[in-house]
Amino acid sequence: MGKIHLKNVTKSFGNLQVIPPMNLEINEGEFVVFVGPSGCGKSTLLRMIAGLEDVTSGQVVINDEDATHVRPARRGLAMVFQSYALYPHMTVRKNIAFPLKMAKMSREEVEKRVTDAAGILNLTPYLDRRPGQLSGGQRQRVAIGRAIVREPKAFLFDEPLSNLDAALRVNMRLEISRLHQSLGTTMIYVTHDQVEAMTMADKIVVLRAGVVEQVGSPMELYRNPVNMFVAGFIGSPKMNFLYGDFAADRSAHAIGIRPEHLTLSTQSGAWKGSVGIAEHFGADTFLHITLKDDTLLTVRAEGENNLKHGDAVYITPMDGRIYRFDENEILLED
Amino acid sequence: MTQKKIPYQKIVVTAFAWFIGVAIFFPILWTFLTGFKTEATAIASPPVFLGFEWTLENYKEVLDRADYFRFFMNSVIISVGSTVLGLLIAIPAAWAMAFVPGRQTKNILMWMLSTKMLPPVGVLIPIYLLFRDFGVLDTRVGLVFVLTMINLPIIVWMLYTYFREIPGEILEAARMDGAPLLNEVVYVLTPMAVPGIASTLLLNIILAWNEAFWTINLTTVDAAPLTAFIASFSSPEGLFYAKLSAASTMAIAPILVMGWFCQKQLVRGLTFGAVK
Repeated sequence: MGKIHLKNVTKSFGNLQVIPPMNLEINEGEFVVFVGPSGCGKSTLLRMIAGLEDVTSGQVVINDEDATHVRPARRGLAMVFQSYALYPHMTVRKNIAFPLKMAKMSREEVEKRVTDAAGILNLTPYLDRRPGQLSGGQRQRVAIGRAIVREPKAFLFDEPLSNLDAALRVNMRLEISRLHQSLGTTMIYVTHDQVEAMTMADKIVVLRAGVVEQVGSPMELYRNPVNMFVAGFIGSPKMNFLYGDFAADRSAHAIGIRPEHLTLSTQSGAWKGSVGIAEHFGADTFLHITLKDDTLLTVRAEGENNLKHGDAVYITPMDGRIYRFDENEILLED
Repeated sequence: MTQKKIPYQKIVVTAFAWFIGVAIFFPILWTFLTGFKTEATAIASPPVFLGFEWTLENYKEVLDRADYFRFFMNSVIISVGSTVLGLLIAIPAAWAMAFVPGRQTKNILMWMLSTKMLPPVGVLIPIYLLFRDFGVLDTRVGLVFVLTMINLPIIVWMLYTYFREIPGEILEAARMDGAPLLNEVVYVLTPMAVPGIASTLLLNIILAWNEAFWTINLTTVDAAPLTAFIASFSSPEGLFYAKLSAASTMAIAPILVMGWFCQKQLVRGLTFGAVK
């Protein structure tokens, strides 16, 4: 069972407040992703939940018990670090067994759990190696193994995939999601990569400068972003924002349309523009189009088209997919 | 013919390195040789290098005149004692400075180092008077204490540099894995810091072994270590070079042997951080 509740927590370094009062509830078994640009306080927040960072004021409640001043060792949470943080002088077996040894578990129980974890994570052949003899992906799996053996109340992941190459990252993403499904334990995952957030999360917490901008399921954030920051952060490629006449026509300060919600034609349409760069991905092509007033627009088009630099095109936004924002970048209701 | 060409540069560098090496080692070699000469050959001009009659006379006389073993034991006790005491104080200090630095940590480190810039003779009188008043003149306890204080800045600095190289995340991982502070130190930190602690220990034993100013000035008989043993063979008149050399050789031999066996560890310790 792993329910975490942040009540008015704040964090200051000296006079600098990095996290203003924040309230957040994480329910049992949820996969929650903290996402935001670097320096937004997401890692600090995670470390506050872990107990590695003191809370300046407010409360961290774990399973209805106030854990604000409980040492990290006593919180019953497990953490996977960006650098893996394996113990270099211990074998894989000892690394995974370390939390169990600290919990003074019997030798048979330790052996059983380590064997089980190694089996789940395909680490059995490497149990007697040292971390230095493993690849990045294997090290990451050892770090996860070390976290799962002691059956924590919740897992905390601090950008665990950012040191891996692209292909491995996709695999590990799936493995972590699968792990969450099979264990059903609460997971809190920090990343700056919105793709990881969208694909893995039950609930995404978008942070900017220590402030929660929006909390919701991936599709809620995608469909109903509350402001331009969330609208621009969630979705790839990023939402197009248009100002000036484009926005004024719809009585807004700015309007936003996702690249996938624009239709393209070479004959006619709402806006005329010319193709700048065409990025061919095979299944899709992303066209970077310049409209009048040098407004730039990204359009997602079908994969196999012959448009190239300088071609004239017409673009029409889909009905009901235009987001209007006011001067404060807040979404205007229709 | 496929003879491998040795680059000109490499020859020059190698020759230069050998020259420096020999120049540094020469005084020790000369002392060693002089110990086996007669007093007359020892001061002969031009100096005799190898073609002299080797004699053990000096060693015999030195051993007759002084109890080498007692001086030796004093040296061992003082250098090992001050090093162990120093490490006991410095490990927690370096730990705190490396892993929980405060706003003044850098200043404290600089201040500690600055104490090494003061010429020791500047505090000789006050220290001497303190030693006298506390009744620790010519005692091993007194010397252990003063040498600990003298070398503490170096020990703290070396350990601090070492600990800084240990990623804090690994310690945090141990904390998350449920390790209380003691276990974090015993199972995670110490095994990772052992090379650093070992080379600090070795270097400090050598420094303490060779320390002459305080050991000579604060001792007379009971606590006198090998530095005082050497000094006792220098005299304002008469011929004493050969005997002095014999005594010196005997005094540096143990530490030289130890240094020889531990040189790998020492070099690694002293160049740590510089080559990574």
